[in-house]
Amino acid sequence: MAETGLNKVDLIFEQVNPKDVLKKAYEMTSEEIIKEILESGLKGRGGAGFPTGLKWKYTAAEKDPEKYVVCNADEGEPGTFKDREILDRVAYKVYCGMAIAGLAIGAKQGYVYLRGEYKFLLPKLLKELESFHKILAETGYDFRITYRLGSGAYICGEESALFESIQGERGEPRNKPPYPTVSGLFFKPTVINNVETLVTAMMIIHHGAEAYRKLGTKDSRGSKVFSVSGDTPIPGIYELELGMTVQQFVNEFGDGDTKAVQVGGASGFCVPRKRFADTIIGFEGVPTGGSMKLFNSSRSMYNVLHNYLEFFTEESCGQCTPCRVGCQQLLKGIEKVKKGEVKSSYLNELMKLADTMKLASKCGLGQSVGNAFKTIVENFREEIIY
Amino acid sequence: MYNVGNLVKELAEKHGRRRDSLIPILQGIVEKHNYLTDEAMVEVAKELDISAAEVYGTASFYSFLDTEPRGKYVIRVCKTITCMMKGKNDILQTLEDMLKIKIGETTPDRMFTLLETNCIGWCHKAPAMLINEIPYTELTPEKVVEILKSYMKK
Repeated sequence: MAETGLNKVDLIFEQVNPKDVLKKAYEMTSEEIIKEILESGLKGRGGAGFPTGLKWKYTAAEKDPEKYVVCNADEGEPGTFKDREILDRVAYKVYCGMAIAGLAIGAKQGYVYLRGEYKFLLPKLLKELESFHKILAETGYDFRITYRLGSGAYICGEESALFESIQGERGEPRNKPPYPTVSGLFFKPTVINNVETLVTAMMIIHHGAEAYRKLGTKDSRGSKVFSVSGDTPIPGIYELELGMTVQQFVNEFGDGDTKAVQVGGASGFCVPRKRFADTIIGFEGVPTGGSMKLFNSSRSMYNVLHNYLEFFTEESCGQCTPCRVGCQQLLKGIEKVKKGEVKSSYLNELMKLADTMKLASKCGLGQSVGNAFKTIVENFREEIIY
Repeated sequence: MYNVGNLVKELAEKHGRRRDSLIPILQGIVEKHNYLTDEAMVEVAKELDISAAEVYGTASFYSFLDTEPRGKYVIRVCKTITCMMKGKNDILQTLEDMLKIKIGETTPDRMFTLLETNCIGWCHKAPAMLINEIPYTELTPEKVVEILKSYMKK
């Protein structure tokens, strides 16, 4: 990838001996592990980007003897499929990351919440878990991991909805605060991390924060696994150093006719061609949990937005009004504009509604519907109207 | 209609009778019988000593915990953006023609139910569908015909 300036990295899928990494972590104190993760600059790889070291530090500080480590494998964001690939290829590294998080915060029990759509992987994952539990037994470390399956609800990727789901309830997000570090699974202090975050944390312990910090930029340290799909000749999984622009990305993955890239899935941002060169993929520009969708000039951005809004209308848990009614009204609204039933200036009202949803919705779902809505309407207004 | 009493007891032995055992038990019933009948939900409520409304309230939240009759093979075609771009409508059309049912319906012999679903995580190999838990990817109408034939033979 030299000609496009992208740096391919092999950290997530690199084969390592989990025993060695566990032994190394075992010899460290909780403070030392957390310090290493903090110094690496690692931010959550699920999309929200909260500093992982802080999550671990806050949870470690809680006095409750009962704590949990939860792996969020409810990968439901349209365009994201990297966690499935990671679990399929290096599940032992996910388990190892969970065990290290357990050491850091003082937890003896971990849960993996795997989305129901990936149930076909479960027999293999359980077999690998059995081998991992044996390794733990040999090293004398008391930590157990249990699997829980989702049942087809995107919202359960939201951390507090995920806890509710494990607890046997409807997957409806809780009010925050309290945050999971204080009151998470079974209302106990909990570290909940994305699949990729846990593997990255494990590799930071393995290679050291110093080495990891050399990759990426000030705001976006390290590398990231990208799920590339849409109008590209080479769809798939790619682990790349952070800090590239959308233009560099398009040069590598585009089909020569890319008009827009949706960064971060349906809840992410649409970057139009004129902004490719000055938009950085990362926390200083457009963040992503990995989903990168390319659209070429044959695609109608109305259809894209319509598809996203249908998705959110169905997947909204319906608990809070701004999100439940807001999603429906945005969808009906663009349909009316398209049919000419209302003036095109009605889009301005819908933009205000999107802002209200961001302010008033209870969780990340309703808060982020406006990201795609606003960036698509702002940049492709004529395609929505005509 | 199916007799579910013994299965519920078996599942409760395996997963426990706590509130957090509820979803694994419901998933176990769906795995065996494809959907949850009212009788099954009442039975689970008795076993866990909670209200049947709690069981129904939880089940009806999740799209894979069906409370409507479903066929032995539930086909879920992904309708999210990449699958839409890559021709999921042709896939649906082929399935509808072969099974002679529309989306949301079940064949009269209770073998197949045809549904649409949101992103199932195979965007790089779109279009994709699930038949029960098995994913099928990079579908073409021809491929769908072959896959369906293999299920019809089962």
